[in-house]
Amino acid sequence: MSMSQNISDTGPRGPKPTRRISRRNIFLYGTLIVISVYYLLPLYVMVVTSLKGMPEIRLGNIFSPPVEITFEPWVKAWSAACTGLNCDGLSRGFWNSVQITVPSVIISIIIASVNGYALANWRFKGAQAFFTILIFGAFIPYQVMIYPIVIILREMGLYGSLWGLVIVHTVFGMPILTLLFRNYFTSIPEELFKAARVDGAGFWGIYFKIMLPMSLPIFVVAMILQVTGIWNDFLFGVIYTKPDLYPMTVQLNNIVNSVQGVKEYNVNMAATILTGLVPLIVYFVSGKLFVRGIAAGAVKG
Amino acid sequence: MSSNGRPSQLLKNLNAKIASIPMVLTALVIFVGGTAWTILYSFTDSKLLPRLRFVGLDQYERLWSTNRWIVSIENLAIYGILSLVFSLIIGFLLAALLDQKIRFEDTFRTILLYPFALSFIVTGLVWQWILNPDFGIQKIIRGLGFESFDFDPLYNPDIVIYGVLIAGLWQGTGFVMCLMLAGLRGIDEDVWKATRVDGIPTWKTYVFVIIPMLRPVFITALVIITSGIVRLYDLIVAQTGGGPGIASEVPAKYVYDTMFRNQNLGQGFAASTMMLLAVATVVIPWAFLEFGGKKHK
Repeated sequence: MSMSQNISDTGPRGPKPTRRISRRNIFLYGTLIVISVYYLLPLYVMVVTSLKGMPEIRLGNIFSPPVEITFEPWVKAWSAACTGLNCDGLSRGFWNSVQITVPSVIISIIIASVNGYALANWRFKGAQAFFTILIFGAFIPYQVMIYPIVIILREMGLYGSLWGLVIVHTVFGMPILTLLFRNYFTSIPEELFKAARVDGAGFWGIYFKIMLPMSLPIFVVAMILQVTGIWNDFLFGVIYTKPDLYPMTVQLNNIVNSVQGVKEYNVNMAATILTGLVPLIVYFVSGKLFVRGIAAGAVKG
Repeated sequence: MSSNGRPSQLLKNLNAKIASIPMVLTALVIFVGGTAWTILYSFTDSKLLPRLRFVGLDQYERLWSTNRWIVSIENLAIYGILSLVFSLIIGFLLAALLDQKIRFEDTFRTILLYPFALSFIVTGLVWQWILNPDFGIQKIIRGLGFESFDFDPLYNPDIVIYGVLIAGLWQGTGFVMCLMLAGLRGIDEDVWKATRVDGIPTWKTYVFVIIPMLRPVFITALVIITSGIVRLYDLIVAQTGGGPGIASEVPAKYVYDTMFRNQNLGQGFAASTMMLLAVATVVIPWAFLEFGGKKHK
């Protein structure tokens, strides 16, 4: 956690600026503004394209603001766009994604937090070995494990179902989340833990009465990480669910890259924004916690 | 073991062990078991269903004589090396810019990092639209009077992978910047004071003092970017679908297509084992460097 805390704890470093408006500052802010414009451009293009009608798109260029604003593409993207299989738009994918994301986030966080707590405070023989395997497992390409998981889920009767996908997300979220919680719980002063032990509190007692209330921020970080990660998943969705359970990302790709019919770029862009909206909202609302979440992934255990 | 009613060794710390069951199962069954299973079956002639009829290295021979796999590997190599180099350089430069005690630092960081929150599918589709030769950048530049201007990476097999690279960098550099920025903030202010007292120019301080000090951050970034690059799949599916033709195929897509479209499991297993090998050549040396053979702590 040390790296991420540094972001918030200490101010900027480096040589002090001498004057407010110096050549250096003009260069500095000029560069930053140009770069920012570049990074914002795709978002801008998505929004303006989604608000234009098709005739205007064919005539104009993608950067020009809409002359006649229309929300029809948004309505169509949400409720009537075709994927080749059905024509009920992205709404189906949205609700599938909600149904997938909510239980996946909750279950993966519960399992990983209890597990991280056990690793931090209740070490048993062999725990460290399993944890090491878990962390190295995070680097194994998913492709290596895809098929064995298909077999396992099939044996459990969950292949193609929503709960099968929930299990997959829980499994692949485990390395990073366990690391996150383990490191956080390790940083809580041991005296607290010992005092609770002396008072007779057990494994679950200490977890619910001491650790949980003290670690709300890390739970929020874990939630941000999982909500964006699972919402954005494409590969697992396409492999482990059936077409009527496809998450929003898969539905979106099927709508935009469907070969049938005339391409409606405005509908496509509206659909693209709609899919990106949930992680974007999470990102803009959470601010620094998001940065902390991704930095946590980078810090060695 | 105990005669006075104390719990046995196995029951000791029982709750912690129960809490760790999911981790143990994941580590042993999925990560170790699944990987071993795939490697084992990569030596078989499994087609629609996995079966244990060993054919030695046949699958690997076929893999390396398949044009599509060779193209996939080349693409991954080009994309991988360039995206590694550029994201480290751009990420560091952006971090250094943001580290100059500027105002609105949070705003700039928010802008540079937001693509990272998006799905690769979203990124791929947006850039597919921007790079569309009939409506996007090419049309606009031609409209400005440069009639012979050609920029259609997504329809030109020779440069399609660079079109994907542009999108990949747009999404990923903000993340590298965040890592670097955290690293820069971890450097002691005294280092800066000392170099200023000695009159060393800022850029020289960065190159000869700061970057060497950030070595661990660079290595961490390198490992994270690499493991992400090997998984490159969603972006390709969304942006190019592997086309034009097979010009932008990548290994992860090869694995998916052979396994689930062509029902050629053994071939898919062999390809995924090669992917594992590629990651291992980066991660294992890193692990030795990082932990020096001592226990992971």
